[in-house]
Amino acid sequence: MSLPASAPDIAHDPSHEIMEIQMGPSHPASHGTIKFNLRLDGETIVACDVEVGYLHRGFEKMSEEGTWTQVFPYTDRMNYASPLINNVGFALAVEKLAEIEAPERAQWIRMLLSEVSRVTDHLTCLGMASFEVGAMSVGLYMNEAREYLYDLVEAVTGARVTVSYCRIGGVTNDLPAGFGARLESAFEKIRAVIRDCDRLLSRNRIFVDRMSGVGILTPEHAISCAVTGPMLRSTGVDYDVRKQSPYLYYDRVEFEVPVGTRGDNYDRFMVRMVEMEQSMRIAEECLRRMPPGPVKIDDTRYALPPKRDVYNSIEGLMNHFKIVMEGIKIPAGEAYQAVEGANGELGFYVVSDGSGRPYRVRPRGPCFFGMAALGEMLIGAMIPDLVTTFGMVNMIGGECDR
Amino acid sequence: MGAVTDILRARFGDEILDAHERLGEETVVVARDHAPAIFRVLRDDPAARFEFLMDLSAVDYNGRSPRFEVVAHLFSLAKRQRLRVKVPIDEADAWAHSLVPLWKSANWLERETWDMFGIRFEGHPDLRRILMYPEFEGHPLRKDYPVMKRQPLIPERDPIDEPWPPRQFGVKA
Repeated sequence: MSLPASAPDIAHDPSHEIMEIQMGPSHPASHGTIKFNLRLDGETIVACDVEVGYLHRGFEKMSEEGTWTQVFPYTDRMNYASPLINNVGFALAVEKLAEIEAPERAQWIRMLLSEVSRVTDHLTCLGMASFEVGAMSVGLYMNEAREYLYDLVEAVTGARVTVSYCRIGGVTNDLPAGFGARLESAFEKIRAVIRDCDRLLSRNRIFVDRMSGVGILTPEHAISCAVTGPMLRSTGVDYDVRKQSPYLYYDRVEFEVPVGTRGDNYDRFMVRMVEMEQSMRIAEECLRRMPPGPVKIDDTRYALPPKRDVYNSIEGLMNHFKIVMEGIKIPAGEAYQAVEGANGELGFYVVSDGSGRPYRVRPRGPCFFGMAALGEMLIGAMIPDLVTTFGMVNMIGGECDR
Repeated sequence: MGAVTDILRARFGDEILDAHERLGEETVVVARDHAPAIFRVLRDDPAARFEFLMDLSAVDYNGRSPRFEVVAHLFSLAKRQRLRVKVPIDEADAWAHSLVPLWKSANWLERETWDMFGIRFEGHPDLRRILMYPEFEGHPLRKDYPVMKRQPLIPERDPIDEPWPPRQFGVKA
C-alpha cells in the first residue's frame, strides 16, 4: 500500500466543508418554536446561534395597559407548565411594593399549589425529553400523571392551565371540600409513576448513553450566564431561592435540595426526578399545617368587598366600582421579588407611579438564561445531542419570549 | 446602609449619584461613564462578590430627564445579598457601556434592552434584535410607542441568502 503523496487537501475536500443549516423554528424534535442556526462539520456542531422570539406577545407592554389585577391572566401564559408559580411571584412582588401581606392560610395555599405546579412542570419536562429519545411509554405515563395534578388544580381554580388564581392580598377562593383526600390519592398515583419511570430509565443503557456526559455545563459558565434552577444545581452549585432567600413560609418547612455533580443531561434529569418527591413532601406539610381562616386580605383598598356589601350599600358599591374600574392603587416605588420557578429564579421587577396601572412589569424568566447558555454548551456536540440538551433546558416559549 | 454601598462610597465618592434602601432592597444609582468600573468592583471585590447578573432591563420615564434608567439586578450567592444598580440614560444620547466582558448573561439581556428600548450598548459583540424581527421599526417598550400600532408584513426571506450569523442587524458596537 502506498502512502498518499501529500496531506489530504482539507480546504477543497467537500466532506470537510462547513455546512450551515437552520433547524426550526418549527422542528418536530424541538417542542417549542425556536430556531437553531447551526454550522456543522459533518454532524458535529461547530457554532450555534440560538434564535428566540417566535412567541413574543408583548407581555410587558400589555401589562402597562391594564390594572394591576389584570396582569394575572397574562402571567398564567408565561410558563404555562406551572402557571401558579407565576401568579404567586407577581402577587408577592406587588404585595412587597404595597407593604401588605396575605392572610396566613392564603400563603400556605400559595405554597402548596406552587409545589404542585413544580411537579407538573417537571413531569412535562421529563416526559417530553424521554419522548424525544424514544422512551414513548415514559412520556405517556408522565403525561397521564400530570393530568392527576391538573385535575386537582382544576378543582381549586376552575381551570387546568389558565388559572388566574392569585390576587393582590390573597387568592380567589379557598380549597374545595375534600381536597386533602384528593391530593393524597393523586400523590400516591404519581409516586407510583415516578417509581416506574425511574426503573424504566435511570439505569437503562440506551437512555444513559444518550444523556450521560452530553450537554455539559460548567458551574462557571452557568453562573456567568445567570442560569438558575435545576440546570444550575445539576452542576453542583447549591442555589435554590426557597433556601437562599426564602419567601412565603419556605423557611418553616422541611425539604432538601438535590444537586448534581457533572452538569450533564443525566444530572439535570435526576435533579428533576428527585425534586418532585421533595415538592410533594412540602405540599403534604402545607396541607397538614395550614390553619383555617380567610384567604383574602381584609382591606378594602386591595380586596373586593363582600358581595352583600356591594349589593346593599352605596359604600360597598363605590368600593367595588373603584377597584374594578380604576384598579388597586399601589404606592409609587419599585420592588423586585424572586421566587423559585420550576426552571429557576423567576423574578418580577415592578415599578408603580402610584396609579391603578403598573408603570412597568419586568419578569425575569429562567428559560431565557438557559437558552442564552445553550449555544455554547452545544459546541462539539452532535445534532441528536442538541435534542436531548434542549429538552433538559426545558424552554417554555411563553416565558422565554414573553 | 449596607456594607456594599459603603465600599462603593469609599471608593467612588461622588460618582455614586444616590444610594438608598427601601422595602429591604438596596439600590445604588451610578453615572454611566463610571458604571463599568463600579460593576467590576461589585463583581470582584471580596466584600461584594456579585457573581450573578440576574437581570438587566430598562424603564422609560417619558417626560422626565434623563428619560431612561437601565436597571441591573445583581445577586451574590457567596454573600446571600442582592443589589439593584440603576444607570440614568439621556434620550438624546441613549447608550450605555456593555457588561458582556463581566457577565455572559449581559449578552442577551442587552440585546433585549436594545430591541425594546433602543438603548445601545457600546462594546457589545453582537447587538441585534432578539425578540422582534430585524425589519421592525421602533422600540416597542418605549412609552411613546402606541400599544395598538400595527406594522406592515415583511417580504419572505430566502434562508439560503442569509449571512452568518443570520439576520445581522443592529448597530456595530
